Amino acid sequence: MSEPPVIAVDGVTKHFPVRGGLFAAKAGSIKAVDGVGFDIQPGRTFGLVGESGCGKSTLAMLLVKLLEPTAGRISLDGESISDLKGRALKEFRRRVQLVFQDPYGSLDPRQRMLSALIEPLATLGLAASRADAVKKADEAFELVGLDAEILKRLPHELSGGQRQRVVIARALALAPRLMILDEPTSSVDVSVQAQILSLLERLKQSRGLTYLLISHNLVVVRYMSDVVAVMYLGKIVEMARSSALFAAPQHPYSVALISAIPVPDPESRKLAALARGDVPSPVNTPSGCRYHPRCPYAEGICRESEPALTEVRSGHFAACHFPGLATL
Amino acid sequence: MAGVAGPAAVLEVEGLCVELSIGGKPVRALNNISLTVRAGETLGLVGESGSGKSLTALAVAGLLPDNAKVIAGSIRLMGEPILGKSEAELRALRARSIALIFQNPTTYLNPLLTVGKQIAEIFDVNPRLLAADGERLSHRKCRQRAWRAAINYLRLVHIPDPERVARQYPFELSGGMQQRAVIAMALIRRPHLVIADEITTALDVTVQAQILRLLLELRQSTGMTLLLITHDMGIVAQLADNVAVMYSGSLVERSDVASLFKAARHPYSQALLEAVPTIHDGRTILRAIPGGIPSLTNPPPGCRFHPRCLRAVDECSRLKPEPISLGPSHSVACHLYQAGQPA
Repeated sequence: MSEPPVIAVDGVTKHFPVRGGLFAAKAGSIKAVDGVGFDIQPGRTFGLVGESGCGKSTLAMLLVKLLEPTAGRISLDGESISDLKGRALKEFRRRVQLVFQDPYGSLDPRQRMLSALIEPLATLGLAASRADAVKKADEAFELVGLDAEILKRLPHELSGGQRQRVVIARALALAPRLMILDEPTSSVDVSVQAQILSLLERLKQSRGLTYLLISHNLVVVRYMSDVVAVMYLGKIVEMARSSALFAAPQHPYSVALISAIPVPDPESRKLAALARGDVPSPVNTPSGCRYHPRCPYAEGICRESEPALTEVRSGHFAACHFPGLATL
Repeated sequence: MAGVAGPAAVLEVEGLCVELSIGGKPVRALNNISLTVRAGETLGLVGESGSGKSLTALAVAGLLPDNAKVIAGSIRLMGEPILGKSEAELRALRARSIALIFQNPTTYLNPLLTVGKQIAEIFDVNPRLLAADGERLSHRKCRQRAWRAAINYLRLVHIPDPERVARQYPFELSGGMQQRAVIAMALIRRPHLVIADEITTALDVTVQAQILRLLLELRQSTGMTLLLITHDMGIVAQLADNVAVMYSGSLVERSDVASLFKAARHPYSQALLEAVPTIHDGRTILRAIPGGIPSLTNPPPGCRFHPRCLRAVDECSRLKPEPISLGPSHSVACHLYQAGQPA
């Protein structure tokens, strides 16, 4: 914990106004992200898990400045990103790269791969000449294990796995400080998922990259991450080293998430459904602990007061009135 | 697998070959598919996108798209051949005997009818389900019983407060609740066969766990026969009795679930099991399968897996392997094995 963090997120909140009708006044707000804080150390992978609507993708948007937070502070290498303008903003755009779930949506259907790779290099002024840009594109392709021949192709001529590699190559060509991976393998088949995960792992080692991995897939997060945070309805409910969190989760929601994964072993048949009902809407967040309506262990206090994220063991944080009560 | 004693076969598919016409060119999408599902059994059909698992399900339900043609093989449901039936006969069959549940419940719910109403509507097609033998029901009585049955089935799938939910429209329900309603609609007809195609893929993990538990429970309480289509080996391990693994339009391995997870024989099945990280072993090295899924329009010759197979031999690129039996409930289509010989 001695090295300064690559990115520091402190009390970040994003509320979206909800209007009652076409001309009606503001009726309330969606608390998409509600007071989230964490640091990511250089060379580490920080995994963020949660179900749909928990705010994990909104958080990604905030981190790359596609959205501005309602409150809170985000700093990259010690510098706040909120007032970046002009050249500094461009430099920020280079340093933080985002890889989305659907590579097809990140590629122009009428742009060949070579020009897709060269464009950001030119825009950000990272290539001295066209020849230099082509060279950089070639190198990036080699890094992700794609044949240079693919540079001549259009997105529809590639497989899903190849497209995701192109998007990763494009991000890498800019030599980023932080890569935000938002569901990077959700749109590819399992046999291809393993390739992409191994590739990301290898690149992290060889290029000294720092990752923020966002996924609903706990298995992927477990495989990739050093530190994991579990989000529920805009808040982090548990955060710890990956091994500790998966071995001894302290928050009942984490326990429910982990035990909800069907274990690929027919000898151990234990399908547990510990969370009741569905994720509630983020417009009307439940009182007290947001998880209490689904929690089998909820008591009076859980309905009344909201538990803070506190350190329940060394380096292991949970926001629960009864941490450790639920077990795997 | 004739000669194996046990419950009657509900579904028997034999040597099924289906051709799709893509851009005017015939493309072999299913190749010599044979499988049997017995009463009360859950057969897991696993494979990645483009493996043909959904096409197999559509063929069984007589719902093949217009550009698809069965060119060989047979499909029998409760001993009755399905291929060659007229559209009217197929409709009757689907109304009575086969229920399909798909990934996206909103597509299969009428947005303009309340949930209760569309479940009760099923009895307009199947009024016999409401009446005891020989009983004649008035229209009014029929509707009352249909409504009550709808509510009972909503309760069976653990929808809280079924009387209220029956009066709600689909958009008022969450994805998990909608999927439960679709399951209720499937079961209310007491079909011989339920086909569930990736029914939890669109759901969150905690809700997926609820639906999987429900399936497990319903299988025990109603004895339903289930063809479970999924890409998730975890779901197969938790729910299936037997497994069929598909790759690029062919069945590569068939086995009881225990043997498959203990000793998968086909290199693709093995790779598929090793390519998925598990929650328990943490940061082990993943064995990625090189390459990607082959295109159907230009498939590799011989065994379609050979370009990605680490154990491929000469023969694999020339000759398509035929399924051979490795035991009473285990067969594999791979040149590395010889009939009757445990490898």
